[in-house]
Amino acid sequence: MENKQTVLGHIGFSIFAWIVGLLIFFPIFWMVLTSFKTELEAVSMPPAFFDFDWTLENYAEVQARSDYFRFALNSVILSVGSTLVGLLFAVPCAWAMAFNPTKRTKDTLLWMLSTKMMPPVGVLVPIYLVFRDWGLLDTRFGLIMVLFLMNLPIMVWMLYTYFKEIPSDILEAARMDGATLLKEIIFVLLPMAVPGIASTMLLNIILAWNEAFWTLNLTTADAAPLTAFIASYSSPEGLFWAKLSAASTLAVAPILIIGWFSQKQLVRGLTFGAVK
Amino acid sequence: MGAIRLENVKKTFGTIDVIPGVDLDINDGEFVVFVGPSGCGKSTLLRLIAGLEDVTDGKILIDGIDVANEPPAKRGLSMVFQSYALYPHMTVYNNIAFGLKMAGESKAVIKEKVQNAAKILNLTDYLERRPGALSGGQRQRVAIGRAIVRNPAAFLFDEPLSNLDAALRVNMRLEITGLHQDLKTTMIYVTHDQVEAMTMADKIVVLQAGRVEQVGKPMDLYSNPANKFVAGFIGSPKMNFLGGDYAKKHNCYEIGIRPEHFTISTESGDIAATVKIAEHLGAETYLHINADGVGPMTVRATGEVPLSEHDKIWLTPEPDRIHRFDAQGTALAKQ
Repeated sequence: MENKQTVLGHIGFSIFAWIVGLLIFFPIFWMVLTSFKTELEAVSMPPAFFDFDWTLENYAEVQARSDYFRFALNSVILSVGSTLVGLLFAVPCAWAMAFNPTKRTKDTLLWMLSTKMMPPVGVLVPIYLVFRDWGLLDTRFGLIMVLFLMNLPIMVWMLYTYFKEIPSDILEAARMDGATLLKEIIFVLLPMAVPGIASTMLLNIILAWNEAFWTLNLTTADAAPLTAFIASYSSPEGLFWAKLSAASTLAVAPILIIGWFSQKQLVRGLTFGAVK
Repeated sequence: MGAIRLENVKKTFGTIDVIPGVDLDINDGEFVVFVGPSGCGKSTLLRLIAGLEDVTDGKILIDGIDVANEPPAKRGLSMVFQSYALYPHMTVYNNIAFGLKMAGESKAVIKEKVQNAAKILNLTDYLERRPGALSGGQRQRVAIGRAIVRNPAAFLFDEPLSNLDAALRVNMRLEITGLHQDLKTTMIYVTHDQVEAMTMADKIVVLQAGRVEQVGKPMDLYSNPANKFVAGFIGSPKMNFLGGDYAKKHNCYEIGIRPEHFTISTESGDIAATVKIAEHLGAETYLHINADGVGPMTVRATGEVPLSEHDKIWLTPEPDRIHRFDAQGTALAKQ
């Protein structure tokens, strides 16, 4: 009796999970579908699911009108760049906190995380003014700096939880073997933390790729990534749903593909330390 | 060369005195064992010598040079960790070679030294494997290999055998002793196992609460413990302690008699007792007894003894093997 109930429970939860999953997935699915419709079909009522004239003209037009690849290149440079710069700072920082903790380490970590709770718009004006005065507006360098600083707390947290799992004995052995601090980190700590570093990098690339607030406010053309590319379709061409969908599909496609192939790594990274 | 001298070495963590001040002389080539119960500061003392912890005060002299403020790498010591602490992402070869690479040795020299160490430790067939594919004993040997290739002034062992099973532990114990005989290098070995201490050491340092209770040759500690703590810690099964009238008879607060220093009789003797449990091991017999007016005691008899539970026996301590202690637990001269 009890077994039967458990089985029924499992089935119930599975159905529920599928419903939630489909609900979350549906807008993306609908966006992709709309991108293959004509503008007329895109707004027709009742909406057509599969029985419409499939067309690629939206994609052609989007690429012709605004150079997709320029925006895509900026997205790659900004997300990868900010992640690499972030690693340069996050690795030593997490090393210090994981292997040489003080009584304030926990507070520092929480304080770092608390900065993520602040609404970014609160510091928009000061940062904008700094960017304007230093000539950083619409530069890749400026944006890389902002994105790296925004994501640094998360990088430190993730690397910290990974490093905590590495026995300090092994680092001490390296020290006994005559390794300097830098060699200890490069030859012993980093190779052992490769899975953790990979998932930290992945998550940060995704976060930076999707970041829309700073990229929209601090860029106009030269450094504008794909978020700006989509945004450029949403206001003046708001009624052209099919083209907007095509632009959005193009913008999320790379990160969706990366995410799909690395989902195992990502889930492991996000739950690391939580379950052993 | 590897003579090590500690002068008033102190270590405090916050407000806690882990090592209140230790003086110790370790001669070149000596096998010294730090032994004591867990939390007695023996590992901390070893880590201070290694340089993995900073001393709060005092001097650590290696061959006459104070290294207390030098980083571990500059002290010329090698350490074998309890957890082996092998580099999991490197092959056995690279694990052993790591220290030599850090020292900037040439490839040819590294190869020769690694292969030499591998031969000594029977690891030649495993050089291309990673630590994950090795058994516990093999991993331990890799850790030792990593230590010996650097040709250190002294080896430091931090409870290296406690992760091994009993049979392997006996083997590795012999291997390490053999290694010491071959290399003749100073070794400092930390353990909580007094059997390891007794069997391996040239000199035992018994520690309690960060203080050195006694330093001496294994048999000196066994025959002439300086106090009740050392008397109880060295020797297995533990020494029996008797107070009251038995002690008064010997003009002291308490007397101690090792389980193997009784004459057992079924007819007469000094102490009457009842056998509670008899453990027959063949070569020897452990009798856990309840002595009248004393309480539980352990007696060890050689060979097979036809005694079982509820048997009434009489015990007589060997008179020249009675240890006397005062109320503070300090040993008094034998009578």
